[in-house]
Amino acid sequence: MKELKLMKGNEALAEAAIRAGCDAYFGYPITPQSEVLEYLSREANNRTGMTVLQAESEIASINMVYGAAGTGKKVMTSSSSPGISLMQEGISYIACAELPCLLVNVNRGGPGLGTIQPAQGDYFQSVKGGGHGDYRLIVLAPSTVQEMADFVGLSFELAFKYRNPVLILTDGALGQMMEKVELKPQMSREFKELEWATTGRKNGNGRVITSLHLKPDEMEVLNHHLQKKYREIEKNEIRYQAINCEDADYIIVAYGLVARICQKSADLAREKGIKVGVFRPITLFPFPYQQLKEVASNKKGILDVEMNSGQMIEDVRLALEGSVPVRFHGRMGGIVPSPEEILDKLEEKFIGGAV
Amino acid sequence: MSEKKMLDDQHYEEMIQEESICINDNIVYEAPKSALYDTPMHYCPGCGHGVVHRLLAEVIEEMGILNDVIGVAPVGCSVLAYNYLNIDMSEAAHGRASAVATGIKRVLPEKLVFSYQGDGDLAAIGTGETIHTCNRGENILIIFINNGIYGMTGGQMAPTTLPDMKSTTSPFGRDVITMGAPLKMTDLVAQLPGTYYVTRQSVHKPTNVRKMKKAIQKSFEYQKQNKGTCFIEVVSNCPSNWKMTPVESNKWLEDNMLPYYPLGDLKTPDGK
Ligand SMILES: Cc1ncc(C[n+]2csc(CCOP(=O)(O)OP(=O)(O)O)c2C)c(N)n1
Ligand code: SF4
Repeated sequence: MKELKLMKGNEALAEAAIRAGCDAYFGYPITPQSEVLEYLSREANNRTGMTVLQAESEIASINMVYGAAGTGKKVMTSSSSPGISLMQEGISYIACAELPCLLVNVNRGGPGLGTIQPAQGDYFQSVKGGGHGDYRLIVLAPSTVQEMADFVGLSFELAFKYRNPVLILTDGALGQMMEKVELKPQMSREFKELEWATTGRKNGNGRVITSLHLKPDEMEVLNHHLQKKYREIEKNEIRYQAINCEDADYIIVAYGLVARICQKSADLAREKGIKVGVFRPITLFPFPYQQLKEVASNKKGILDVEMNSGQMIEDVRLALEGSVPVRFHGRMGGIVPSPEEILDKLEEKFIGGAV
Repeated sequence: MSEKKMLDDQHYEEMIQEESICINDNIVYEAPKSALYDTPMHYCPGCGHGVVHRLLAEVIEEMGILNDVIGVAPVGCSVLAYNYLNIDMSEAAHGRASAVATGIKRVLPEKLVFSYQGDGDLAAIGTGETIHTCNRGENILIIFINNGIYGMTGGQMAPTTLPDMKSTTSPFGRDVITMGAPLKMTDLVAQLPGTYYVTRQSVHKPTNVRKMKKAIQKSFEYQKQNKGTCFIEVVSNCPSNWKMTPVESNKWLEDNMLPYYPLGDLKTPDGK
């Protein structure tokens, strides 16, 4: 029987982590995602024995994740923008040492301390690296509370498949909003020893988790290995949604919460006789360049909508290579655009009025 | 090689064979072969790091915990400890070793976990992690190598650098008015309820080496009994950046470091 519950996005994500058989969570409170730590503190240990630890800082959290992930256990942390910034050194180490883990960023308005309202200003940080060096996270962008829950299991699957950190990039609104969510059954926390993981020496030779390779040629070999893995991820893991795009004259490209609002704008447009479709990248890395290019070919125009000053638009333009006109509408600082506002902008930029 | 030298070597070898002292009965010391790789260490001659590595290896081998130990070595001269210690190990970012060790211990509580940190690492950039790990009483062993300087980066001032001591970033000597006084982290963590055993040792003389070995043994025993954080400071040297010979550095350590960082237990289970 289906298990349906009305839950906040953050809580649905936390519940999904327990049910996915997550072994440990390390985190530090920050709005708008403290519910994850609070929910897990309440629910996790007594139900599955999962470790939940409030660390002294996000720097400590991410390094606890690094340590625990090195044993091959299923571990995670979550935070919001300023906290994620603090974690970047650790994330770079994790990516280089190829440790599987789940990171969650409930994006709020920035820069600086910013606001606690939803935003998408961390796209570059999430998708283009964030910390130092050439690395990539697999980045998943949910747009419903259901996906906040579903992407937890998927993230662990991908993290272990590629030995790579996976980031769920969501925002303050999705974290706080309540929706109906269907929960998956409880998975066991059964532990499978992994051959690379440091769980105490096995066959007479110590194993090492490290990101240090002092010889440049060795470091280059490692970089090539990482890049090869990222190409493999690009080949296999692209996820996206194209909604009513076939007959559309215009396509709105948006991710996360904004993609949902844009669906409403598209409905309003169709009521007015303007054929609008929505293209929603679900994986932000790997980005669906080719898929977007195919969907957008022969359209009259593309409107990219984001809750930032225009970050994903760089990837949209890369995908389209100038083949279709691309315009942008963005709100910043924690302001969520309305469906009407987006439709107005689409009409203004493509159909008539000032550009 | 000169002919004379060759003759000398030959003569020496013959002498050894004749006297036949290399027999099993006569062996007083052997390297801990299963816990220590048979490879030269990169440490400078006379550096304390090598001695502490060997002691760790001896204890791990003697206690038969080779497969139960997981070590964490953060950035600093000893970041490559995993090239010498034949156990499972994790490198860590500068200052974060005790957080990494916490992560490991929390998911593998039955394993014995230690971190091995320099003074820059533990007492400057990682102060927060050190204090909170000790305050939570994580069941780990923290080994803190206090050589009063940043070794790896070439002799900059550390939080532990002595008053008036010269370093590349305190070229006129550490001025405590503007640079602060040396931080006694060991005294600090001894105050925290989470620590179970806190001691300050050194490895500059054979007697001290033996005491240090005991401290490591005890700490692993306590960890097996889930007693809380064990914390061993090793007042050590850095001949290269102190710009001294190994012998001079040990003398300097005794004359200058030990008065400021006196050896002995700061906290023991019987509440001494
Ligand atoms: C975030 C960061 N900051 C600075 C450094 C540079 N760094 C490497 S080791 C080190 C200090 C080493 O001193 P210590 O911890 O006392 O260990 P020692 O080398 O003396 O054994 C510094 C500052 C770094 N690797 N990472
Ligand atoms: S620089 Fe100093 S601490 Fe580092 S290995 Fe040399 S003597 Fe030891």
